Amino acid sequence: MIVQIDEREAAVLINVKEERLDAHNSGELKTQMLNLFEEGKNNLVVNLEEVRFVDSSGLGALVSGFKNASARNGSLKLCGLQPQVKSMFELTRLHRVFEIYPNADEALASFE
Amino acid sequence: MERLKIDIRVPNQTRYLGLIGRIGEDIAHTLRSYRGDREELAYHINLVLTEAITNAIRHANEDDPEKEIRVCIGVKNDRLIIRVYDQGSGFDLTALGNHEFRRLDEHGRGVYIIRSLMDEVDYQQHEDGYVLEMIKHLR
Repeated sequence: MIVQIDEREAAVLINVKEERLDAHNSGELKTQMLNLFEEGKNNLVVNLEEVRFVDSSGLGALVSGFKNASARNGSLKLCGLQPQVKSMFELTRLHRVFEIYPNADEALASFE
Repeated sequence: MERLKIDIRVPNQTRYLGLIGRIGEDIAHTLRSYRGDREELAYHINLVLTEAITNAIRHANEDDPEKEIRVCIGVKNDRLIIRVYDQGSGFDLTALGNHEFRRLDEHGRGVYIIRSLMDEVDYQQHEDGYVLEMIKHLR
């Protein structure tokens, strides 16, 4: 299991339960998000607090989710970024694209 | 002066990315003379290995599980040298990242990341495939 899905009132919380988000498992995250979009759930929070390592494929999966959410008038927000993961967003300048919150509670509250 | 050479061969499958990434991190932790941020170096070695091997598996070796990836990691004269060998007919490294990727592209960041974090990057033909050489100066 790569993710644990927690449906809240304001948005769906996707807890990534992997230490690495890379080319081996990022396709699965993308599929899980697509399933939610198909169910009409377009407001997502991806919680990365357990993720210690993310590569360009992992970033690509999140960008895909962001674009799909935006196209459906929803949004995808991130939370719980560890310092090295955060530095990856900065290196690729994706920190300017995503709304990033310290934790899941604050990310979910932003939808209310 | 530190000297080290490690030679790894794994099947052309993404399931080994984590294993090789961890070996890269462990090497960073053994570099006694490195004076910079060791945790950061460990993450960067893990990352460039992951990006380079993924490109070799997906683009050069075209996801063929019968093919093989060879990774050599060496330290010599304050230089960390990583070579990733594929068995494919090569791919256009410039097409994968020499240009600026657009903000919301899903692909194209791998080579950009490698070039950002390493001091020298070269991709050349080798016996039965190609080799991506990445060098980091350990100052």
